[in-house]
Amino acid sequence: MTDINTYLREWTMPHVLCPGCAHGIVLRSFLEAVDQLQLDPDKLAMVAGIGCSSRLIGHVDFCTLHGTHGRAPAFATGLKLARPELNVVVLTGDGDALAIGGNHMIHAARRNIDITVLMLSNAIYGMTGGQSAPTTPEGAVASTTPAGNTEPMFDSCKLLIGAGASFVARVFAANPLEMTKVMADGITHPGFSFIEVISDCPEYFGRYNNIGGGANMLSWMTVQDEGVAGPLSAKRFVNHVPITVLSPALATGVLEREVRPVFSGIREG
Amino acid sequence: MSDVQLIQGNEACVRGALAVGCRFYAGYPITPSSEIAEQMVRLLPGIGGVFIQMEDEIASLASIIGASIAGTKAMTATSGPGFSLMQEHIGFATMAEVPCVIVNVMRGGPSTGLPTSPSQGDVMQARWGTHGDHPAIVLAPSSVGEVFDATVRAFNLSERFRTPVIVLYDEIVGHTRESVALPDSVEIVDRIQPNSDGSEFWPKRAAADGVPPMSAFGDGHRFHITGLTHGERGFPTNDPQVAEALITRLHRKVEAHAEEIIEVEVFMMDDAETAIFAYGIVGRSAREAVLRARADGVKVGLIRPLTLWPFPYAQVAEAAKQVDTLVVAEMNLGQLIGEVERAAVGQAEIVGYLRVDGEPITPTALLNVVASVSGGQA
Repeated sequence: MTDINTYLREWTMPHVLCPGCAHGIVLRSFLEAVDQLQLDPDKLAMVAGIGCSSRLIGHVDFCTLHGTHGRAPAFATGLKLARPELNVVVLTGDGDALAIGGNHMIHAARRNIDITVLMLSNAIYGMTGGQSAPTTPEGAVASTTPAGNTEPMFDSCKLLIGAGASFVARVFAANPLEMTKVMADGITHPGFSFIEVISDCPEYFGRYNNIGGGANMLSWMTVQDEGVAGPLSAKRFVNHVPITVLSPALATGVLEREVRPVFSGIREG
Repeated sequence: MSDVQLIQGNEACVRGALAVGCRFYAGYPITPSSEIAEQMVRLLPGIGGVFIQMEDEIASLASIIGASIAGTKAMTATSGPGFSLMQEHIGFATMAEVPCVIVNVMRGGPSTGLPTSPSQGDVMQARWGTHGDHPAIVLAPSSVGEVFDATVRAFNLSERFRTPVIVLYDEIVGHTRESVALPDSVEIVDRIQPNSDGSEFWPKRAAADGVPPMSAFGDGHRFHITGLTHGERGFPTNDPQVAEALITRLHRKVEAHAEEIIEVEVFMMDDAETAIFAYGIVGRSAREAVLRARADGVKVGLIRPLTLWPFPYAQVAEAAKQVDTLVVAEMNLGQLIGEVERAAVGQAEIVGYLRVDGEPITPTALLNVVASVSGGQA
């Protein structure tokens, strides 16, 4: 096994993340997956949008494209179609992927283009100071929902399954070994892979909602009702218990895995 | 041997793009540019290219930027409403210095406007549409043949200067069919590649002309591209000196080479007392008006820029010193007339002939304007 640090641009440190933010754990799990698969760094392109999670790609020594807010799947589409030998991984956040970039995400999924999307979901806009996101649970406090969020939240995995993604999973930053395994599965899956990683934002979400720092927030992820059988998964999860009683339970694990024709653009076969 | 064909402006655009090496097209349907996509999808796959219809114009430009970063020459085409959506990524391509070509077949605006009618309403959007200080290269062909040439030139300038280049023409030029002689081959300029001496590639370390060499993802250099203000190594910074150096270099690499970029047709200007300044389809009406006026002994000439940005200030200033009156004819409410005034600095009277009803400016209309300003019958 390679020293994980060799995949980092160590000279870019310190990173931009806050104390207690789990995004770093997620990045490490991803790098473990890259290492397990022995991906060629010269042929690994990471494409990101705007936000805390997207900034992570600056720190990894691959081909890294830090694009515009929400548009990473569209940049990635051009990159992959023009150069199919590249492994293309989109690193995005919940606001980036589901609000401003929702249209690009569902169409990339519909086409089943062979890219992998890692959506780091922390239920809030961290970089801009803690505004509510499409993943903010009802009732939760954000800087733009001071009396509690009154909008329903997206279930991103259901959205992406509906859009046609052929590999869909939801994993937890609190479970790094499972993250690595599912990320490796997603990268090797032929077609569009979407992985929602439940991360945390202690600086804003945790503070605004009085649910403690990073350690506390990660521990909530282990409070799962494993006994409920749903249509998608035997495991179900409500984020940020107990402030989110109005929010739907989310299925976890690998929720969709189907081999379907992969889109390569209109070109000569 | 050249190949004479009866084709549309939009088709000439496709032929020019393919001749100069475009191998990736992404777009979204919009009148009056859709024929470009419809031709691209027929022709690209057979020559190893890729076509994709994206979900909108934002994504169209994003995906051609992605393709260009992968080392492929790429373009998109649209019209006013789509061009508005593309402004975000025109800024990104300018900042990240990614070569790409954007064709805007102008129609009446604002908003949905007159989808099937010609206009020149996007001249200032092409210059200033994206936020922040940025350079712009914008070409304005007048005929089917010039659309071919402008598209070839747009790719070459884009590769030469690592910047997006916009080809701007209107619905009439896009849909008119003309007999044109397509050349067998065209000049092809490719982006400068970095040295492969094993040293780390700094994607924004410019050569003396202000243009940095460019590697492609997958070619062995692992580098970072961002729309954030960045240093020569390509990584974000808030350092004021680095920020100023970047923005001034982006401008300098274009403005210092304005002579290389600017093309102006100067027609019958030697003894002219009146000049018409016109571009695009209006330039052709103006040329016809000049010929008719000359037949009546009126001393009128034509200044027709084929490059709108950088603006040909020097050429207009020279004309303003010579003539009494400069007639500026545009299918908008006055977009380049302000630049003409800046260039003329009071040395000639500037008279606008402006039209925004979706109808072309005719030679007869311009002949009447010339007659009225030259104080006699034309």
